[in-house]
Amino acid sequence: MLSRDLRLGIATLLLFAAVTAAFPQFARPDNLAGVLNDSAILILLALGQMLVILTRGIDLSVAANLALCGMIAALFNRHFPDAGALSTVAIALVCGALLGACNGLLVWKLRLPPIVVTLGTMSIFRGAIYQLSGGVWVNDNEMSPAFLDLVRYRFLGLTTLAWTAVIAALAAFICLRYLRTGRDLYAAGGNPSAATAAGIDPGRMQFIAYTICGAIAGVCGYLWVARFAVAYTDIALGFELEVIAACLIGGVAIAGGIGTVTGVLLGCLFIGVIRNALPLVGISPFWQMYINGVVITVAALMSARQRTEKRSILEAERA
Amino acid sequence: MTRRGLSFAALALAMALPAALIGCGSRDATNASERVRIGIVAKSLGNGFFDAVHKGAAEAAGPLDVDLIFTGPTTPTAEGQIEVVNALIAQRVDAIAISANDPDAVVPALQRAAQRGIKVISYDSAVAEAGRVAHLAPSSDQLIGETVAQLAAELAPGGKGKIAVVSATPTSTNQNAWLAQLKQALTAHPGLELAAVAYGDDVSDKSYRETTALLQQHPDLAVMISLSSVGIVAAARAVEDRGLTGKLPVTGLGLPSELAGYVKRGVVPKFAIWNPIDLGYATTQIAARIARGESISQPISIERLGSVTFDANGVGAMGKPFVYDARNIDEFAGVF
Repeated sequence: MLSRDLRLGIATLLLFAAVTAAFPQFARPDNLAGVLNDSAILILLALGQMLVILTRGIDLSVAANLALCGMIAALFNRHFPDAGALSTVAIALVCGALLGACNGLLVWKLRLPPIVVTLGTMSIFRGAIYQLSGGVWVNDNEMSPAFLDLVRYRFLGLTTLAWTAVIAALAAFICLRYLRTGRDLYAAGGNPSAATAAGIDPGRMQFIAYTICGAIAGVCGYLWVARFAVAYTDIALGFELEVIAACLIGGVAIAGGIGTVTGVLLGCLFIGVIRNALPLVGISPFWQMYINGVVITVAALMSARQRTEKRSILEAERA
Repeated sequence: MTRRGLSFAALALAMALPAALIGCGSRDATNASERVRIGIVAKSLGNGFFDAVHKGAAEAAGPLDVDLIFTGPTTPTAEGQIEVVNALIAQRVDAIAISANDPDAVVPALQRAAQRGIKVISYDSAVAEAGRVAHLAPSSDQLIGETVAQLAAELAPGGKGKIAVVSATPTSTNQNAWLAQLKQALTAHPGLELAAVAYGDDVSDKSYRETTALLQQHPDLAVMISLSSVGIVAAARAVEDRGLTGKLPVTGLGLPSELAGYVKRGVVPKFAIWNPIDLGYATTQIAARIARGESISQPISIERLGSVTFDANGVGAMGKPFVYDARNIDEFAGVF
């Protein structure tokens, strides 16, 4: 049996080939760079979300965190247009990390169910954006050129936005594979009691995962606002579902402990190809929703099978 | 909330009752020569849009011999508007024009006003039919469709070429109504061909992606249109990011504050939306004329803007949306 990542890789390639057959322009390098650019924010958020899901958590507040930090970055830029884009990114990152740490503390110290905590903070973050902005949009003519251009700067054919995703994926791959904290995340989610016995605090691991996920969402807030050149209360509304879907398609087990960076990347690219290709091929918007749903359901079925396989191995060992 | 509303209603009733009893006979005698007092209620004060409405109302008030009371709650709530309406009843105005924060919640207060002989109309955001004599809509589906078709014809080179629309969700009622009217209006512009309609769901990322797909599918597009405020900003951004500024004009419906940058850079050479100054002007005209006994069964003049015809439900449209371009964008960008 092929590994799950390999199967997903083949599925993505087949999808890509089918789209290219229907619309040859799709395979042009500039278009592929465009797809990667379009998927970059999804990749970043999915990497963060994967860390949280690995530790048996879930973060429904990522999109709201993104929107809040995006608004903070936009307002900061409006008040201090000469402060430079990098300081804006740093502010977005810190704000995101703090918001993520709030989720983490609630889950860790109060032992509240992650889905409840993040469902609540999701609404709180959205409400905070409204309070902060007064419900008003921040428009492109209120953003400094440095703020807008940083994400559009091209290097070796890819934008800063795409490079950020590539570098983050590499960093996540290395950290999860070779760093002790990375291995501890898997252990804490895979079997919390065994992890505790081995001296790993699963709650602390959840806190770390939420904080990193929040920091990523904060940076994505800046990236989103700069890319679409507009900030308002409802940006990225419902995007958390797309992020979680990318993780599930990528084979991250919602029960924790299982998931790879390669899988998540493929999951994001799969969604990226679908959502860029369907409008090109001219499929009706109702069918697009339907197709997205089928893909997620099939991915869930594949995950379910994976879990039975694992259990059968354990039972076989016990016998 | 309800209790507070009730107590205010009781207070207003107590204050207004004697006045209403005394004023009963003389109220209907208002005619064209007398000064009338009109209360115009905003959704909230300190909002650029309604500041502009106020400006237009003040412009109309002078020549019409109208004493204008421009008022509204400090936050856009129905409760706040009920208090304001009760205060206007107590001040014995001749007419009230309101842009409702909630179409139903303000009805009882407005009905009390009507019982005291005050003529009530709504403008901008409608009140349920039971609460008003007439509603002045800024525009109509048909006029919007015609205006956007006209903009596309003006922007397409020689009035010819393919156009594409980035809409909101495929189930959005007003988007679909505008789209249907746009298609209808395009029959008057045989040079224009509607090549595609894409749905951006009123979210930035999907609208941007759908616009990019339209650009690839139809490299020979002459004009890109969006009738949604999120959609037109995303479409303009996508067109600009692909370096098509000046080659592929974007137009449609949007807000001046959101599109100012794109208008100045030539991405969106012109677009349409109602003009709040004209809306204030027309509202004051209609309110004054109804207060002086004109009936909505006949078209009512709004002087410099023409006239308004009301349908069987008492709804009338002010006129075509106003066109904004590089010449007037600065004036309105700070307004709304």
